[in-house]
Amino acid sequence: MLVIDGVDVQRAVGMDLLAEIPADALPTADLFPEVRMEANNTKDGKTYAVTEKFGYNTISYDKTKVDPKDMQDLSIIWSDKYKGRIALYDYYLPMIGLVGLGLGKKTAELSDADMPAIAEKLSEMKKVSKQVSDVVSSQTALATGEVDILVGGGEWITAALSGEKPNLDWTVPDQGAVRWAQSIGVMKTSKKQELALKFVQYIVSPEGQARLATSSCYWAMPANAKAGEHLSDAQKAALRWNDQAAYLKKTQLYPIPSAELDQKMQDAWTDMMQQ
Amino acid sequence: MFAQTLEQTERRKAWGFVAPALVWTLAFFVVPFLFMVAMSLWSRQSGQIVRAWNLDNYFAFFEKAALFKGLINSLEITLIVTVLSVLLAYPLAWIIAERVPKRFQRLALILAILPFWTSYVVRSYSWLLVLSKNGVVNQTLMTIGLVSEPLELASNRTATVIGFVHFFVMLLTLTIYANLVQLSPNYRRAAADLGANAFQTFRHVILPLTLPGIMTGAFLTFVLCIGDYVTPQILGGNNELVLPQIIMLQLGRRADFPMAAALSIILMLAVTLAYVLCARWLKIERA
Repeated sequence: MLVIDGVDVQRAVGMDLLAEIPADALPTADLFPEVRMEANNTKDGKTYAVTEKFGYNTISYDKTKVDPKDMQDLSIIWSDKYKGRIALYDYYLPMIGLVGLGLGKKTAELSDADMPAIAEKLSEMKKVSKQVSDVVSSQTALATGEVDILVGGGEWITAALSGEKPNLDWTVPDQGAVRWAQSIGVMKTSKKQELALKFVQYIVSPEGQARLATSSCYWAMPANAKAGEHLSDAQKAALRWNDQAAYLKKTQLYPIPSAELDQKMQDAWTDMMQQ
Repeated sequence: MFAQTLEQTERRKAWGFVAPALVWTLAFFVVPFLFMVAMSLWSRQSGQIVRAWNLDNYFAFFEKAALFKGLINSLEITLIVTVLSVLLAYPLAWIIAERVPKRFQRLALILAILPFWTSYVVRSYSWLLVLSKNGVVNQTLMTIGLVSEPLELASNRTATVIGFVHFFVMLLTLTIYANLVQLSPNYRRAAADLGANAFQTFRHVILPLTLPGIMTGAFLTFVLCIGDYVTPQILGGNNELVLPQIIMLQLGRRADFPMAAALSIILMLAVTLAYVLCARWLKIERA
């Protein structure tokens, strides 16, 4: 089996890594329409993967330390209202996508021409932030009160901590946020294709989805809309299950830049960290 | 004739003894190093490595402020860490060597190097918790009324330096201690006979004689510190990048192996320069 970022499935198919999965073997109709991602998971009418988990790079925060209403406006990430209390997630793609959304640009349409304005906003974000950090350091900073806001975080940072840290929350601002999704497929070289397919079927079943969404490594959204039947009220609250329809409408996938634009994005991100 | 044969046999024997080390050095240092030099002269364009030799990566290092600043940050942090570590390690080594009874010295050394026994990563994350806004240091300072607001100790250069110094003081303590215990007590007696007080004895006799230990430890500190990526990554909060972090970015995010190789060569040059200065200071010369 292969678990892979949804945006990379076509590359794996191009490398002839994935086996075809019979379309009727998967509960595709039960998946949230926005995460079925047929353009990614299928090729020439054949299915090679299915979305198994998704989530958001958005804003996580401590609701006892900040005004949750402020978190509904993406411009808060470069405002100085919470200066020195913000952590930036150290991954340039979703972060630049978020900045683009804050500037009113669609993630899929970001171009060279947008980079000066994005670089300027990144610089402003750096000035008001406390740190730029990886997953562990970001989550630690938010959990220990070192920072009160994590830009680029989401349910995958706070939901698993909801039991012991009920003060932590997340939201998708009015301008939207960046959505990630991962797919699962069966390797073409697998010697146990049937068993592998059965596992994939379990993973995308409502029960498997609920378990995967609340697995101990990190929580995230189940792709199967029927998974809600297997989630407790507390789990639904932590995942903001009832907001999904609205969140899915206003979130966009990661930018997929050309090699040249990707270099410029990375340069802008490195420059920001060195400021 | 017999003498010539004996000489040839001896020469063969000598080569036999040297060969394993020579092969090892060639295979695991010289060849990879030459490959790295060659790689640094290639470039990555449109996602592909172009094997045309040029100096573009080296020019880019000087042209892109973020890259050059990485070296400056590395040098600044390394020098601060080295000086602080020496200043802290010397008194510690001196106390262990001169004031701790002989039978407890081994125990004192074990206690001094105890932090070496924990994982490097775990130790860095532990420092992050200690130095954080709600960490032990800030809570203590606030409880005793020394500060009213938490100090910004974590996720900055201060935190990186503290993390490094904690580690390297142990290393320097060992090298300086090893030097101190080798000094004959007769040096002190002779200085006292000549009318020197304790400070003069230390200043003009003990300190110069322990300089090799200090410089050896300082050089090791310099090399390990300037090449480290983990401590600045965890404790520095990415508020500034050191050269090894930038090298990691080239490898992990850009797959730009030529640029990573060029930056590594530059880092090696900095270490080589430090070695040359250190060797000249100690007057290390081949006989």
